[in-house]
Amino acid sequence: MKIADVAVNLQPVRASTRVMAAGTVLDVMTMATAQKIAAEEFSAVVTKHRTQIFRFLLSSTRDIDLAETLTQECFLKAHRNWESFRGESSAMTWLMRIAINLQKDHWRNRRMQFWRKTQTNAVELDEASDWLPSGERSAEQQMLARERVGQVSKAVDGLSERQRTVFLLRYVEEQELSEIARATGLNEGTVKAHLSRALAKVRTELGGKR
Amino acid sequence: MNFKEKFAGSMADRDEQKLELEPELNEALREFRLSVYAWSDAAYCRPRTALAASSRWLAGRLAIGWALACVLVVSVFSGGFWAHHQHEMRLTAARVAEHERLAAEQRRQQIRQEDEDLLAKVDSDVSREVPRAMEPLAQLMGEDESW
Repeated sequence: MKIADVAVNLQPVRASTRVMAAGTVLDVMTMATAQKIAAEEFSAVVTKHRTQIFRFLLSSTRDIDLAETLTQECFLKAHRNWESFRGESSAMTWLMRIAINLQKDHWRNRRMQFWRKTQTNAVELDEASDWLPSGERSAEQQMLARERVGQVSKAVDGLSERQRTVFLLRYVEEQELSEIARATGLNEGTVKAHLSRALAKVRTELGGKR
Repeated sequence: MNFKEKFAGSMADRDEQKLELEPELNEALREFRLSVYAWSDAAYCRPRTALAASSRWLAGRLAIGWALACVLVVSVFSGGFWAHHQHEMRLTAARVAEHERLAAEQRRQQIRQEDEDLLAKVDSDVSREVPRAMEPLAQLMGEDESW
């Protein structure tokens, strides 16, 4: 239940409390209850989606510190605007949209502050492929898989910002095209076009030119 | 259906076809996804070193802050001292100038006095020493001042 629903449900109670001597106190109590419910609800959303938002930002920025910072900013922004969230899309889509905008802002600012060099925990592409779970594969298969992941990473690195976002949302976060369209603010046709171009680059990198 | 719609439709169909994944690409993307998941989980659960880094950063900032504060205090004091010194020098110069002015005035007054004394002496000497031939006339002047 969102804070808006709670407020609607509490309307009759509030109307009756206006005539009571202790009405003001009751109003404060109902507001406090609504705020408590909203806080609990938001807390549940954070717990549920934090790792996914962090993963998207990490795969997108390839910088652990930056991903953590942007994740925190994302939830801070979400918390500030939680009351305005009307549930038209899923909470995940809404959060993803905030994350994408924050990421865009970051890159825009970074371009402006090109002189600023900071020491970060940025991980090179090949290092990301070291995290491939071994499973029950032979050493040779693992090596081949690692090589393929490295190639995909390299291709992803060469994508434009928008193509990369769409690609990661589709093939890492496994979101539907409609969800991606809502999160990015693009229409489905544009999302498909970006995905198609991104896949073409990945195919080229993997050596499967078609 | 006009040409534009037909073109958009055919482009969308082509994009759809390109989005269909062949098994090899599908496997590569699956592996990529797994590696991102594993990397993200590891990064998410890693021990945080931010506190140590930030404390070192804070220590650096503190040191720079203290250094700047010292420079500020020294410059304020030295600036004050310099201003005071300049003021003192200006006062001394004014005092010396006043003293010199007074001495010059005194000297001028002394010279004027000496001149006046000399003129008075000359005047009295001149008036006393009347030539002998003029004495009767001088006596007449003494008797009748109105002449």
